[in-house]
Amino acid sequence: MSILVDKSTRVIVQGLTGREGTFHAKACAEYGTKIVGGVTPGKGGTTHEGFPVFNTVQEAVDKTGADASVIFVPPPFAADAIMEAADAEIELVICITEGIPVLDMVRAWEFLQTRRARLIGPNCPGIISPGKCKIGIMPGHIHREGPVGIVSRSGTLTYEAVHQLTTRGIGQSTAIGIGGDPIIGTNFLDALDLFNRDPQTEAVVMIGEIGGNAEETAAEFVKTRMKKPVVGFIAGQTAPPGRRMGHAGAIISGGHGTASEKIKAMQAAGIRVCKSPAEIGETVAAAMAAKVSA
Amino acid sequence: MKIHEYQAKAILKKYGVAVPRGEMVENRDQAEAAAKSLFDSGASGVVVKAQIHAGGRGKGGGVKIAKSVEEAADLAAKMLGMTLITHQTGPEGRVVRRLLIEETLPIEKELYLGIVIDRAEAKPVFMASKAGGMEIEQVAEENPDAILKEYVTPGMGLEPFQARKLAFKLGLKPQQINQAVQFMTGLYKAFEDTDSSLMEINPFITCADGRLFALDAKMNFDDSALFRHPELKELRDVTEEDPLEVEASKYSLNYIKLDGNVGCMVNGAGLAMATMDIIKYAGGLPANFLDVGGGANVEQVTHAFEILLSDKNVKAVLINIFGGILRVDTLARGVVEAANKTQIQLPIVLRLEGTNVEQGREILKQSGLNFIVAETMKDAAEKVVAAAGS
Repeated sequence: MSILVDKSTRVIVQGLTGREGTFHAKACAEYGTKIVGGVTPGKGGTTHEGFPVFNTVQEAVDKTGADASVIFVPPPFAADAIMEAADAEIELVICITEGIPVLDMVRAWEFLQTRRARLIGPNCPGIISPGKCKIGIMPGHIHREGPVGIVSRSGTLTYEAVHQLTTRGIGQSTAIGIGGDPIIGTNFLDALDLFNRDPQTEAVVMIGEIGGNAEETAAEFVKTRMKKPVVGFIAGQTAPPGRRMGHAGAIISGGHGTASEKIKAMQAAGIRVCKSPAEIGETVAAAMAAKVSA
Repeated sequence: MKIHEYQAKAILKKYGVAVPRGEMVENRDQAEAAAKSLFDSGASGVVVKAQIHAGGRGKGGGVKIAKSVEEAADLAAKMLGMTLITHQTGPEGRVVRRLLIEETLPIEKELYLGIVIDRAEAKPVFMASKAGGMEIEQVAEENPDAILKEYVTPGMGLEPFQARKLAFKLGLKPQQINQAVQFMTGLYKAFEDTDSSLMEINPFITCADGRLFALDAKMNFDDSALFRHPELKELRDVTEEDPLEVEASKYSLNYIKLDGNVGCMVNGAGLAMATMDIIKYAGGLPANFLDVGGGANVEQVTHAFEILLSDKNVKAVLINIFGGILRVDTLARGVVEAANKTQIQLPIVLRLEGTNVEQGREILKQSGLNFIVAETMKDAAEKVVAAAGS
């Protein structure tokens, strides 16, 4: 098992014929993901790198039976692409695009409340269930199948955590990048809930960062509902207030969203919080060993 | 992106939001003319307000009242060119280059209005409070119930009934309600039309004669939406920003200057923050945040180096790259080229991991340059802190 994506997931790529879309569609297919087609308005009926291209998501779904979509559409058009996918009854929409205007996302988020689709991202690396399915831009080869679920607001920091686990021989059930924007589809709480119910997942790593209070909300869930050990890290312990640290959502505003507040809430919920990002691997190993001996 | 008070007020005026009469000036003569025109048309006094991108101007001496044209001109002359230090500018302060000369008004009450995006609700939230003139964060801390909130449905705007609810709760008089509704719905319309990320009217005042005004105005725009607002881009004042940050933005580099002496260059915002954290953990202090992004090319790496090195506090550099899509060998070539081009003398610690890492390490070895190679993030942080001598 794993969460959200596995060998049966059928994926279309919105923005397939662009540079990013082309590169990553090929990389995902090489990893073993079932990429069944792509959408580029106006290029329907053609094939691109061997993938059939459709004009609309609805058409792609009708012809290919796709149940997931990954979006590489440029920022001005990405929120619209999210809504198009949701409207075509795609179940899982993964938006990689960085830099979508916030008010566009507000509208897309509102629209999603009226559809069944789950959105991951935007501004995220995507999702991978190692050995089964990779939908996103993460390097597949650093992953290894196993028992640890990962949920993170950051891309490369997730790779760092995965690398620390894999080099210790600890594999991953699913790794989800939920994205660095202020408004995102799937949050920590959603991912933790899914990992909690997944039989393959034995422990979870949650990697947060400054800004907002999603980590605090997730900590409350861990405290009351989580049955598996959770290891955490918060990036931005040394970040100055009022400055946006790269990610649109990574900002301490009005004295809130600081790393210390988040760490405090997470520790109070029984999460093993690593002070240093270099300690994620060993902390997971210790948490899993403690669980076995308990 | 931040803009000045006078620019925000000019935008709001177009949306039917009442602002005091006034004019932006850049020298004594202009100040004198602006004050004269206000006094001539019936103002009983004028206020001279320093225009900088930071709050707390009043306490820092950046807001003064004048009772005559001569006094206004003298105050303006003194204020222009002064370094204004407030709790938001940091100890270095900001040089005042522009002033707003405005009519004074018979203030009765000072209230607060603000609009931000509520992340948890994924909606804009319109806030109002009777505690005008205070920092809203402080109000939120001490008395959260004192902040009234109305969530706005995107595309529909702030509905008049929502504005009425807020206006009555703020204690406005029945004859002021329609004026307040126009004011508040205009504010929200301006927020949405300009893709603002934050708007604050603090204080929002009532006058003895019943009129309502935005006495101050703060607007920040969503950087991601500026592509559809070329007219707003024109309002950027780069003299208010750190010169190195302005330089970095030209090359799509995310750079923020900090106070330490360990320069760092990282790919990815989360890893960049974590790298700053681990430098501190190893006993050093980061000199900057720098995310070169996922698709950095040789040119960007070179510019990133130049920017890092223009900070004279930097005593050593840590390059931490987890190559995913950005291949480590590409990055290594860029680093070698940049190091040669910039004639860098400082110690450089490299920690490279990910796609094509072996080829990358080989390129560094063969370059003949004196790089310090680290295996893990911890190792890298310890080595760079030692090299910086901190």
